[in-house]
Amino acid sequence: MKILVCVKQVPDTETRIKIGSDKKSIDATDINWILNPYDEYAVEEAIQIKEKQGDTIVTVISVGPERSVSALRTAVAMGADEAILVKTDDDAYLDSLAVAKALVSVIKELEFDLILCGKQAVDDDNLQVGPMVAELLELPCVTFIADLKLENGKATAKREIEGGTMVIETSLPAVLTAEKGLNEPRYPALRGIMMAKRKPIDERQLQYIEPKIDVVSVEYPPTRKGGKIVGEGAEAVPELVKLLKEEAKVI
Amino acid sequence: MSLNFDLPEEAVMIRDSVRDFAENVIRPKAKELDDQEKFSPEITKQMGELGLFGFCIPEELGGNGCKYLSYMVAVEELARVDGSQAATVAAHNSLGIGPIYFFGNDEQKQKYLPQLCTGEKLWGFGLTESEAGSDAGGTKTKAEKQNNDWIINGSKIFITNASSDACLGVTVQAITGSRADGKKEYTCFLVEQGTPGFEAKTMHEKMMWRASITSELFFENCRVPDANLLGKKGEGFHQMLDTLDRGRLSIAAMGLGCAQGAYELALKYAKERKQFGKPISTFQANAFKLADMATEIEAARYLLYRAAWLCDQGRNEYKKLSSMAKLYCSEVAHRCVDHAVQIHGGYGLMKEYDIERFYRDQRLLEIGEGTSEILRLVISRQIGCYEK
Repeated sequence: MKILVCVKQVPDTETRIKIGSDKKSIDATDINWILNPYDEYAVEEAIQIKEKQGDTIVTVISVGPERSVSALRTAVAMGADEAILVKTDDDAYLDSLAVAKALVSVIKELEFDLILCGKQAVDDDNLQVGPMVAELLELPCVTFIADLKLENGKATAKREIEGGTMVIETSLPAVLTAEKGLNEPRYPALRGIMMAKRKPIDERQLQYIEPKIDVVSVEYPPTRKGGKIVGEGAEAVPELVKLLKEEAKVI
Repeated sequence: MSLNFDLPEEAVMIRDSVRDFAENVIRPKAKELDDQEKFSPEITKQMGELGLFGFCIPEELGGNGCKYLSYMVAVEELARVDGSQAATVAAHNSLGIGPIYFFGNDEQKQKYLPQLCTGEKLWGFGLTESEAGSDAGGTKTKAEKQNNDWIINGSKIFITNASSDACLGVTVQAITGSRADGKKEYTCFLVEQGTPGFEAKTMHEKMMWRASITSELFFENCRVPDANLLGKKGEGFHQMLDTLDRGRLSIAAMGLGCAQGAYELALKYAKERKQFGKPISTFQANAFKLADMATEIEAARYLLYRAAWLCDQGRNEYKKLSSMAKLYCSEVAHRCVDHAVQIHGGYGLMKEYDIERFYRDQRLLEIGEGTSEILRLVISRQIGCYEK
């Protein structure tokens, strides 16, 4: 079986984000870059399938600047077999559709039975690339999977939905996007890290794809204002309700 | 332009992986294991799966073939979260696996290293005795040859990873006669658990490293075959010095990690804790302590990394630097845990707060594998103080 996993390098969720001087992007200096946590679930799932079924090749693909190599190496250290980087310029802005097109340009040359992605990248939170890849390849797409079984050329996935679970069956190949809880991603072992160091990463230059959307600005969330005491005891309740309705607009 | 302070990619990846592991697997259990003075076979097994044993040993013998620098980074990351687990890893690599790999013959390496590198079993290094600590000359344990066997008599104390089911055996240093210059001749032997006449007891009531194994060893007419001799007869003293030169680096890494962990706990607490209506980190008395900690940690880190880098380059100067790094990192750790407890105030004295454990765990670092006093003696000799 051949499994492709689409991954992205994102800032460590503990990094304190600074807005760049162009006010449209984040300042990349001093950021600790990691493999997107949802993509870790996708990589882990692919490796578990490989361990269960044997005779499986897991290929990880990323679209991003040169530094993305380290996210791919993490995936290889976890157990992926091959890695492809579609290299962009350091400061190039790609919208989700451009990323999906770039991925598809590589995927089209490859054989595959299954494509796994994280459900979203934790940096820009668009949740679009997986479904767009499926659309461009005209493949079925199941998002937010929390469980996966492969049998007789079909995939059965569970999705956690509001108040319950939905079970979906799809033919393969298909694009599935991973939700937290799908598995417990492993820590890359030293053996894997030493092997990943020796494995070449197939690097290709991105053919320019014009973004269809533009980021106008990026802003910090508003700073929290101090609280207000409106009175004491039961008499204060009507005033509090009024303010929550009219000023804070939360009820 | 060859001065480059960036860690190699291998070390960066190992740091990330070990940090995640330490935060998610070790941190939630560290307090309980410390309270109960309990060694965790489960965590040891998981550390083995991660590849934390047999760092610098070639892959064909079950190791990972990493640089010494990467090993230091991993020990630092473990100690940043918990001294006990860092101790298990540092002792097993430097004192358990190290001597067998560096001085053992092919047969001994093949027999022991693969299972020691998985962490399935641990191995100790028996050097210190009740009357021979800083003064190795006070060693009393003896080995006498009888036909093709050696008969060992004596005892060892404060030996990490050398008792309980988790341990496979120990390397023990014993007197095997006198040298031509009249001094005692030392030789090391490999002794497996279960060998008649060998008893290993786990020591309890420790102040520090309470989730790691510390043992007392007793040899009473313990008979081992000639094949268990490590290296050559009479090489024991040199083997011990060589092992300690490298082992000191791992204690330095524990000091660095301990200091880093304590500093992070103190900074976090100082920013959250409010007195006089403001976070206490904004009071200069505390802010300056934190600034000192951050500065000393940075200095300690580059002393240790340079020593490890020299060791990786096979340059002998590392020996002097390893003593300096061990001395400095363990004393930086001392100052950092002290400041950190002070910043925590009354809460720093309570077991509920991790800093209390760091404060106790730090104390060993200025004593084990050469006290700070002995290290100053070693360094002052190396820089020529006593030469005429």
